[in-house]
Amino acid sequence: MNGIMETITARPLVPALAASAVVAGALLDWRLGLLLVLWLLPWGVNTVLAASGKRAAYLAVPVVFGVTLLVLWQVAVRLYGVNQVILPAPTDIWWALLEAPAILWADFVQTVVKGAISGYVIGAALAIGTAIAVDRSQFLQRGLLPVGNFIAALPIVGTAPILVMWFGFGWQSKAAVVVVMVFFPILVNAVAGLKATEAMQRDLMHTYAASYWQGLFKLRLPAALPFIFNGLKVCTTLALIGAIVAEFFGSPIVGMGFRIKTSFGTLELAMVWAEIAVAAVAGSGLYGLVALAERRLTFWHPSQQRKR
Amino acid sequence: MSDLTQSAPRSGLSLGLREAARGALPVAVVVGVLLAVWLAAVAPMNFRLALDQATRGGADVMPATPQEQGETGLIRLMLDNPGVLSAAYRFERPRLPRPQDVLIEMRDNTVGLARGCEWTGWGEGRESWTGLSDGCMRVLTNRRSLIFHAWQTLAPTLVGFAIGTGLGILLAIGIVHNRTMDLGVMPWAIASQTIPILAIAPMVIVVLNAVGVQGLLPKSLISSYLSFFPVVVGMVKGLRSPGAMELDLMRTYSASGLQVFAKLRLPASLPYLFTSLKIGIAAALVGTIVAELPTGARFGLGARLLTGSYYGQTVQIWAALFTAAISAALLVWIIGFVEKRTLSRMGLVR
Repeated sequence: MNGIMETITARPLVPALAASAVVAGALLDWRLGLLLVLWLLPWGVNTVLAASGKRAAYLAVPVVFGVTLLVLWQVAVRLYGVNQVILPAPTDIWWALLEAPAILWADFVQTVVKGAISGYVIGAALAIGTAIAVDRSQFLQRGLLPVGNFIAALPIVGTAPILVMWFGFGWQSKAAVVVVMVFFPILVNAVAGLKATEAMQRDLMHTYAASYWQGLFKLRLPAALPFIFNGLKVCTTLALIGAIVAEFFGSPIVGMGFRIKTSFGTLELAMVWAEIAVAAVAGSGLYGLVALAERRLTFWHPSQQRKR
Repeated sequence: MSDLTQSAPRSGLSLGLREAARGALPVAVVVGVLLAVWLAAVAPMNFRLALDQATRGGADVMPATPQEQGETGLIRLMLDNPGVLSAAYRFERPRLPRPQDVLIEMRDNTVGLARGCEWTGWGEGRESWTGLSDGCMRVLTNRRSLIFHAWQTLAPTLVGFAIGTGLGILLAIGIVHNRTMDLGVMPWAIASQTIPILAIAPMVIVVLNAVGVQGLLPKSLISSYLSFFPVVVGMVKGLRSPGAMELDLMRTYSASGLQVFAKLRLPASLPYLFTSLKIGIAAALVGTIVAELPTGARFGLGARLLTGSYYGQTVQIWAALFTAAISAALLVWIIGFVEKRTLSRMGLVR
């Protein structure tokens, strides 16, 4: 309580400004006033929390902010009677999620598990394999790095129509799009990572009379892991995007991209948003898994140690 | 590779050339190998189609009926019917066109569209504001022109990129100077990058069209969203990059908050900003192209991809893809160029 009073007395102007903004908003339109209250009140709570400097604030502040956004979204949609087609309320999306778990699960399996994850694994394995293969040749590296960097910046998702034409409408074509999308970012990172050892460390392996493969597995591959994980983390989102966008060009009657497209056609917008929610959870989940693996495997790296 | 050419000593032109060649040769070899693989893949990719055509045309092919052909392996078929190989390379609507076919398509749909180029002057009797004849302007204005479609995609990309970058920089400044924003917004800014929001870009366009927002703006909204977060994250990192020493120095000068920002934080953040800008503009272009995909957009590279896919015009798809690639490379190159000039003038060459 003391902390709150201190914060307010230290900057008396800020709450006064906020209050006058609310009054002004309410005079214009009572709904606007209510929304302003709903925005400024949690913001004030967050300011106090952030100023308290407690460890719990690091968790509480983003949670409060996220909940505020959700509440504002819900209240604004209801108060202003926004058309479902333009923006459904969070509760509508929640009901859509609860109504059709079987459909959403089937779509998830088709797009994320069969399309995105299988393509992601194949693409990553191919990229790391290629990186190890070209690692021995300075010449190939100097050729492949600029080309790979160039291709990594291109709109590769545009190859989706071609790959759907080649591999059919099933999940194989989605996996193929994902393979192409994730290959180059991971390749570039892996090639850079394999060069990350210092001469001193390589010399040490040399004095141990380590063979090429021993040097690779005991020194250079572990040293490359932070780089490889950088690429892997960037590519989790790319994989999902590739799998969903490829379904726009043709798919069986299951899959997240298919559902988004058809639900949109029949104006079941809550379903579209439910799929987006699933995609968001899947994307964050995939990223979290890779980040967890990174923490386990590269615990020795400074970037991981500082976080603890 | 540019680093290599730059580090070439200035003494002696031949040495510099050799250095440049050292950098260019591996790239040329890799590109050459890729092209060779492409060219070699054309035959197996198109062979069954070509064989089918040859069978129906009454040519003498090895397993005579399509049924038997379907049961025979591809390599066996290719070995038994070497005569069809050349047909596979000249196939009308191939599954995989030859590289040169794509180049020809690109030429036909750019400079090949010109119908008589004349200088009409800017005065009386001019045909367009450039002073060139209308036949010449077809290269830019014809509905088949890839330059026309590329511009339809690039214009919203650039507008969106400008909006996204501006907002991103503003938010980053807020995050650095306000602890509440730092703790509250930053985790969401990072988390939002793991969400495949691009996948719903087409829907956003249609919704915006339905409520009356049309033209450039809906597409720019997508690209601004996509370029927004890389800029926020990079800029926050950059604005925080000055160390305790430098901040202390500013204090000994008794610099105000605004001065610390303008003279220390902002200049220090530029290298980070440029890196994010390169990521942001590539993402913005991808965003616009995807946004054009299933929305029935008539113009733009995404629309070219989609119509090509509907009508089985593979060469058109490849040409649109290459134009997109060239556009992306051009945009990234421009930012890289500005980066190099700016940083070297600031004495911050990396």
